[in-house]
Amino acid sequence: MSVRVGVVTFPGSLDDQDALRAIRLAGAEPVPLWHGDKWLSDVEAVVLPGGFSYGDYLRCGAIARFSPAMESVIDGARNGMPVLGICNGFQVLCEAHLLPGALIRNDHRKFACRDQRVRIENAATAWTSGYQPGQEVLIPLKNGEGGYVADERTLDELEAHGRVVARYLGDNPNGSYRGIAGICNAAGNVVGLMPHPEHAVESLTGPSTDGLAFFTSVLTKLVAA
Amino acid sequence: MARVVVDVVMKPEILDPQGQAILGALGRLGIEGVNSVRQGKHFELDVSDDLDDATLTKLADTLLANPVIEDFTIHR
Repeated sequence: MSVRVGVVTFPGSLDDQDALRAIRLAGAEPVPLWHGDKWLSDVEAVVLPGGFSYGDYLRCGAIARFSPAMESVIDGARNGMPVLGICNGFQVLCEAHLLPGALIRNDHRKFACRDQRVRIENAATAWTSGYQPGQEVLIPLKNGEGGYVADERTLDELEAHGRVVARYLGDNPNGSYRGIAGICNAAGNVVGLMPHPEHAVESLTGPSTDGLAFFTSVLTKLVAA
Repeated sequence: MARVVVDVVMKPEILDPQGQAILGALGRLGIEGVNSVRQGKHFELDVSDDLDDATLTKLADTLLANPVIEDFTIHR
């Protein structure tokens, strides 16, 4: 039986279809999930996609965090289920306190949209085991509120425990502290990432196919489990 | 019924790009003497008289503000 990986669609999600497609190309069974359903349809991993859930009202991800689907995602994440939050999904994970810190408006105040070089710093998480440590990848980045911030102590702790999963190369695109593009929780099953690997899974539509390994990594982990 | 106001503003150490944009616009308006602007959010809640302070603090701390980046004040 193939591995079932869910993608939660919130009102205002944009990248749910691309995430489902990436999961399929990776060889897993993509399962669409609805924010209003607490039941996660027996999926073994969940992707929270990019977009503007609930219109980014209040703060990015602040309302989505309280949706019925997120209650189950939070429970699952605490019990070791792999969860990947991309862009708005990363914001939701921070608001849900599954990941530390927060994402604020880009320091240059403009929306950033470009192909971004990123270095994979931790290739041991559920979502990055298919990469080599230190591997450079090229994936799209598009955000208005992508500046990762946390206090110094939290940043030092993330660095000390290898929880910075990905870091921007070249110019910092959004003012993220220490060039952080993605982080994980202590167990490594929950990963938040600002750039978009799901847009870099086919040479026809992406700048590379470098993003696919995020999705094959989790498949490898779940098949081995 | 009682009116409760909750004000939320970014912590001083967190960069506020929107405040900076407003400060820039003030300069272009020809207004001098404003040294910094911090933009925040203002919530007006109509609540039952018996809603206690602990509940108000909880709702401000878990939903209206993100304590990682924001401070809040409750005016009852």
